[in-house]
Amino acid sequence: MATEILMPALSPTMEEGTLAKWLVKPGDQVKSGQILAEIETDKATMEFEAVDEGVIEALLVAEGTAGVKVNTPIATVLVEGEAAAPAAAPAPVAAPAPAEKPTPVAAKAAAPVAVVATASPDWPEGTPMKAMTVREALREAMAEEMARDETVYLMGEEVGEYQGAYKISQGLLDQFGPRRVIDTPITEHGFTGIAVGSAFAGLRPILEFMTFNFAMQAIDQIINSAAKTLYMSGGQMGCPIVFRGPNGAAARVGAQHSHDYAAWYAQIPGLKVVMPYSAADAKGLLKTAIRDGNPVIFLENEILYGRSFEVPDLPDFTIPFGKAKIWREGEDVTIVSFGIGMVHAIEAADKLAAEGISAEVIDLRTLRPIDYDTLIASVQKTNRCVTVEEGWPVGSIGNHLSATIMERAFDYLDAPVINCTGKDVPMPYAANLEKLALVTSDEVVAAVKKVTYR
Amino acid sequence: MASRKTAAASDKPNISREELLKYYREMLLIRRFEEKAGQLYGMGLIGGFCHLYIGQEAVVVGLEATAKEGDKRITSYRDHGHMLACGMDPKGVMAELTGREGGYSGGKGGSMHMFSKEKHFYGGHGIVGAQVPLGAGLAFADKYRGNDNVTFAYFGDGAANQGQVYETFNMAALWRLPVVFVIENNQYAMGTAQRRSTSSPDIHTRGTAFGIKGEAVDGMDVLAVKAAGERAVAACRAGKGPYILEAMTYRYRGHSMSDPAKYRSREEVQKMRDERDAIEHVRELLLTGAHATDDDLKAIDRDIKAIINEAAEFSKTSPEPDASALWTDVTV
Repeated sequence: MATEILMPALSPTMEEGTLAKWLVKPGDQVKSGQILAEIETDKATMEFEAVDEGVIEALLVAEGTAGVKVNTPIATVLVEGEAAAPAAAPAPVAAPAPAEKPTPVAAKAAAPVAVVATASPDWPEGTPMKAMTVREALREAMAEEMARDETVYLMGEEVGEYQGAYKISQGLLDQFGPRRVIDTPITEHGFTGIAVGSAFAGLRPILEFMTFNFAMQAIDQIINSAAKTLYMSGGQMGCPIVFRGPNGAAARVGAQHSHDYAAWYAQIPGLKVVMPYSAADAKGLLKTAIRDGNPVIFLENEILYGRSFEVPDLPDFTIPFGKAKIWREGEDVTIVSFGIGMVHAIEAADKLAAEGISAEVIDLRTLRPIDYDTLIASVQKTNRCVTVEEGWPVGSIGNHLSATIMERAFDYLDAPVINCTGKDVPMPYAANLEKLALVTSDEVVAAVKKVTYR
Repeated sequence: MASRKTAAASDKPNISREELLKYYREMLLIRRFEEKAGQLYGMGLIGGFCHLYIGQEAVVVGLEATAKEGDKRITSYRDHGHMLACGMDPKGVMAELTGREGGYSGGKGGSMHMFSKEKHFYGGHGIVGAQVPLGAGLAFADKYRGNDNVTFAYFGDGAANQGQVYETFNMAALWRLPVVFVIENNQYAMGTAQRRSTSSPDIHTRGTAFGIKGEAVDGMDVLAVKAAGERAVAACRAGKGPYILEAMTYRYRGHSMSDPAKYRSREEVQKMRDERDAIEHVRELLLTGAHATDDDLKAIDRDIKAIINEAAEFSKTSPEPDASALWTDVTV
């Protein structure tokens, strides 16, 4: 029984090729790996090797023939013992249990329907509160989670002996020792890969970037290794890791230390992205992030570190991802923001209230997943929306929210959505120019007046 | 066959018949698997990129002979051989190559991206060099837990020029991580010969600056690889930190299936095949040492052919993943 040799596909895109030259003739004994022919593809001339050992019976396509379709028989070979010992066909394999129903991440395009946001409180009514800075809240969250779970460790530049470049990890080295609070050399690409590898092996690293600007050195490990591996492994290999550190502009630190990465990371399936504003959110969301089984990007802000907020005085509380917080209710316009953008949103709402305009202020808190329902329900009530963020305008979170509102609540809109963003320039150093580059509450007020036709 | 340069069997004490037969079988399994994969690629059943391991079999088989339960391994996109050598099922590997539900990643990873928690195989990585810090991270986890497991982090002579490799050498030495850095030097980074890409050719000496011991080993000789691997693994298990092994090897096929390999001569490839082939080497040891007869080896060949044919058949009959799989496994 002769085996057919088929015209091979020799590139990902090849559909046909030229059989340039035969290097064997009928009657030749061929062995595995021997070159049978030269084949020209659209890209190159390739050598085509034998797989089976045997004797060439016939050449079916003459050399020089162009346009030979992939999988056309081009020769036959008599393989020793083939007729005598055919391989047994394997039993069909039972299909696995059907996968769970898809949960699309993007907003659904749907007819306008009333959306009810679930506005359950983050902690029970009557919970005692205490004042705490964002810095203390972050430190407490890490300390509580490290005490709770032995596999959690903190790694980064100056997190240990220096007590943290921004003092977020103050005291943690004393409390947990150098095995679990690990100072690294200045080598973001390498230590990010090491932390991600340890997460593949079941540890739960908290990786501090001194600022997220430096994480660009490690972006390949964050995206290609951490975010994509669960999917590429068909669900086998998770990566429970938190990447955290200050993000966005501080004050007068120039273009290379002022970048807001919210929109970048929010674009990546496989990541979760958190950007808290208040101390309570910083604490509750960081604890959730550390317990989460996925890579979480936790974007902090240097200016917010020293701000104080009321934080529930509870031994353990967490805030779920994908749940926005309504900071104030209003009737005339929805202002939606996150992170330090909330400073401008709230300030603008105060100014607007003095002028008789009632703004509803929403803090998204997490950017992946996004709580679309709370936003849409608000826009269906106010019929107007202004988004606020520090990052650049092109491909911003505001752009995405605008598109989502247009798809899901077009008929409710009384004005176009306006995106207030940072200016489309690298961050300048000069004090006056830096102020101009950043989004301001006055710009938010002006945008609200535009959409409310005042 | 032309005379070979490698040491004869008599130089390698205490190699049992069973061991030799095991290595022969494991290397042959990889070779036949890869030949079949090449064939299925030619038939259009395997798409995209497909990087074959043919020629390099002795490296992974020799090192796997030094591993114990719980040891971890991670490599690049030229990963089929590593998966077979650590005991992953050829059916599941081949079905992943064809993008089917029965593949190790349910068809969502492909040739370059497969994993097995059970066999401690951590991929299957497509970005050259990225697996090196990841491998050190696996070793970090073992050290953190206080066990004596080691990690084999495989990379090529091309990856050895990536900066993150040296960042990793520094931290692995600083923290004494139990990782064996295995440089599979097949002499070509895709189409660029080592002499055209690399300022100093002895890659195994590059750990010197970090205090990491390194040695070169004949990667076409499974017994030599095993012996060197034992030294490396012993150092790691003893808490002495990382170790570099540079296995001098050769791939017979192109970088990937679509590589016409015009950067080297046909004679060069043929000479390696004729004089240095790792499988022929063990075959010769078995026959000249009267450890096995021609018939014994033919029986092994037949067994392996059956395994490969079964894997190929499975990879064709396993269904494509259900459309709903598009949306699963994005996050846990």
